[in-house]
Amino acid sequence: MFSFIARRIGTILLTMLCLTLVVFFLVNLEPNLKKLAISQTEMHTPADQLESWLVNHGYRQNFFVRYGQWLGVLPKHPITDPATGKTTQRFSFCNDPIEPTFSGVLQGDFGCSTKFKTTVGAKLFPALGATGLLMFWVLAVMVPISLLIGILAGMREGSRTDRVLSVASIASTATPEYVSGVIFTVIFASWLGWLNGSAASASQGITFYNFTLPVITLAIYGIGYIARMTRASMVEVMTQQYIRTARLKGLSFSSVVIKHALRNALIAPFTVIMLQFPWLLTGVVIVEVMFRYQGFGYTLVEAAGNNDIDLLLGCSLVSVFIVLITQLISDVGYAFLNPRIRVQ
Amino acid sequence: MQTEYISAFDVVIGVLWRFWPVWVGLILVMGASFTYKKRLGLYGQLFDSGVGIAGVFICLFWLFTAIFASTISPFDPLAQVSVMKDTLPGAIEPASKLVYYFGGDKLARDVFSRMVYGSQIVLIIAPAATGFALMVGITLGLPAGYYGGKIDTLLSFLANLVLAFPVILLFYLLVTPGIMDTPIPYAMAGLFFLFPIIFFSVLFWTRFKNRPDRLYILLGITLVVGGWIYAGLVFDKDPFHIVHIDPNQLNIFVAVVFASSPGVFRIVRGLTMDIKTRDYVAAAQTRGESPWYIMLWEILPNARGPLIVDACLRIGYTTILLGTLGYFGLGLAPESPDWGTAIKDASRLLRSFIHPALPPTIALMSFVLGLNLLADSLREQSMKD
Repeated sequence: MFSFIARRIGTILLTMLCLTLVVFFLVNLEPNLKKLAISQTEMHTPADQLESWLVNHGYRQNFFVRYGQWLGVLPKHPITDPATGKTTQRFSFCNDPIEPTFSGVLQGDFGCSTKFKTTVGAKLFPALGATGLLMFWVLAVMVPISLLIGILAGMREGSRTDRVLSVASIASTATPEYVSGVIFTVIFASWLGWLNGSAASASQGITFYNFTLPVITLAIYGIGYIARMTRASMVEVMTQQYIRTARLKGLSFSSVVIKHALRNALIAPFTVIMLQFPWLLTGVVIVEVMFRYQGFGYTLVEAAGNNDIDLLLGCSLVSVFIVLITQLISDVGYAFLNPRIRVQ
Repeated sequence: MQTEYISAFDVVIGVLWRFWPVWVGLILVMGASFTYKKRLGLYGQLFDSGVGIAGVFICLFWLFTAIFASTISPFDPLAQVSVMKDTLPGAIEPASKLVYYFGGDKLARDVFSRMVYGSQIVLIIAPAATGFALMVGITLGLPAGYYGGKIDTLLSFLANLVLAFPVILLFYLLVTPGIMDTPIPYAMAGLFFLFPIIFFSVLFWTRFKNRPDRLYILLGITLVVGGWIYAGLVFDKDPFHIVHIDPNQLNIFVAVVFASSPGVFRIVRGLTMDIKTRDYVAAAQTRGESPWYIMLWEILPNARGPLIVDACLRIGYTTILLGTLGYFGLGLAPESPDWGTAIKDASRLLRSFIHPALPPTIALMSFVLGLNLLADSLREQSMKD
C-alpha cells in the first residue's frame, strides 16, 4: 500500500514537472513575451526599449536557466546597471531580492504577478479560498441531490420514475454552465428578480441572494452525470443474489434498499464524484467569469489574458495538483471502500 | 420611424415556415427509416424507443438546418441594419419587409439568421474534430493495449499528461492569437492529420497484402485523397483551392483534437486489453496473422459498439467545448455567428435585453441533448444483443 502511494506520488511529481515545463514553454513564446512587454511599459514604446525591458527583467536568459530559477534550483538575479554596477529589484512591488538568491517554487516563492502588481502567493491563495467556498456549496448541493436521483431511478429499473429521471439527467449533462447560467439568470434575476445575477458582492460575504445562482449553475452540469453513474451502480446491485435473498426472506422493499443495496451501490459514485473535480475546475472558470466572482477561475482568466507568466504557472501548478491528487484519493478510497479490490 | 411588429403567433408560424426544407428532409429520412427499419441494423433499432427517435430527430434537424442554412435564414448573419438595433422579436425590417423573427442584437444583426448559420460552424468542426481524435486515439490506443510494456507506459503517461490539464487552461495556452505567429499549430496539424493517412494505409495493407490488384488501387486512392486534403489543410496549398481552412479555425481544430484524443486513446486501450484475451484473437495469432492485422481487422471491429456510443457523446462534448471557446472569445472571429460567441455577446447585456441570449443557448442545448439521447439509446440497444 505504501509503495503504491509512494510510486503514485512520484508519478504525480514527474507529471507536474513535465506540465509546468510545457506551460513555461508556451507562455514564453516570442509573441507572448512581446505582449507582456507592451502591457508592462508605457504606451507607444519603441521596439528597442521593449527589447531592453525584456533583457533587464531577465526574460532573455536561457530558457532552461529561467525555468530553473522559477523552480528554485538556480539563483534569481536582480537588475544590474552595467555602468554603475548598482543593483535594483526586478519588480519593486513584490520584494524581489537585491542579491542573487535561490527563490523559486521549491522555496515556496511562486514569483511575481505582473498584472496584479503583487506576489503570486498574495493573489492566488485568497482566490483559492474563495473558490474553495464555492466548491463546498456546490458539492453540498450536488452530491445529495444526484445520489437521491440516481437511487430513486435505479431502484426499479424501467419504471416510469426511472424513465423520467434518466431523461432529466441526460438533459442536465447536455447543459453546459454557460447555457444554464444564462437561462437561470434570465428566469431568476431578470424575470422573477429573486436572485442577484452577479456574485461580485459575494467576496464581502455570501448570502442566499448573491450566491445561489453560481452554485446551482455549477451543480446542475455535474448532477446529471453523477446521477447516471449512481443509477447504473444501483441497477447492478439490485440484480444481485443477496438482494433477492433479502426480498425472499420477507423484508420490505424499502428496508432492502436502505440496508442492503445502498451501501454497495454507493462505492462507484464515490470514484465518480472525486473524478468530477477536473470538470468542476473548468466549470469554475466559466461560472466565476460569468458571475464576476473573484476566485481561482477569475484569476486564471486574468492571468492568461494578460500573459502574467508567474501567476499562470502558479494557476497551472495548482489545478494540475488538484486533478492528480483527486485521482489518487479516488483510487485509494475505492480500495478502502471495496475490500474486494487490492491495491498493488 | 416606428418599428412595426408582428404578433407572437405570427412569429411562431413564420419560424416554422422558414424551416420548410428541414421539415421536408426530416419527413423523407424519418419516413424511409421507419419503412425499412428491419433492414437497417443498429440504426433501425434506434426507432424502437422514444428516446432513440427523439435523438435521431434532433440530430437530423440540426444537420438539415446546417445544410440548408442559406435558404432558411432570411438575412445575412453578419449584415447590420442599424434601425433594427436591439429590436424585440417579430420586428419588420423596413427595406425588405422581412421579419427579424427573434429580434435584433446590439449590433443590429438578425438573431434568427445567426442561430441558423451558427449550426454550420458547429456541425462542421465538431464531427470532423471528433473523427480526427478517433483516428489518433485508435492508431495509438491499439498498439498500447495490444503490446503493453514500454510502449504502453510511454503512451499512457503522455495521455495522462494531457488529461491532467484543465481543458480551459489548455485552450488559453493553445488558442491565443499570438500562437499563430509560431509554427506550433501547423506542426501539430501536420502531426495529427498524418494519422488518418497512416490508419487507412495500414488498414488496406494488412488486409490485401497478398492481392496486389486491390491493394494498389486502395493505397493509391488513400494517398492521393489523403495527400490532397493534407496539403490543403496543413500547408493551405491545395492545387484546386477547394480544401481550405482559415488559420484561426485550424488552430481551434488542432486544439480540440489534441484535447479529446487522449480520451479516445484510453477507451481504445482498455477495450483492446479486454478483447485480446478472446479466442478469436488467439486463433488469428495461431494462423500467423501479423499484429497489425489482428489489431485492425479482429479487435477493432469488435470494439465498435462502445466506440460509436463514445463518438456520439464526444461530438456533443466537442460542441460544448466549441461553445466554451466562443464564450471566452478564443480563436473564432468576434463577429462569427457560432453559438458560443453569440451567448457571450448576449450574456453581457442580460440586464437590458434577454431575447438575443435565448436562441443560441437553446440551440446548443438541444443539439447536445439530441446527441446524448442518441448515445443513450445506442448503448441500450447494443446491450440487448
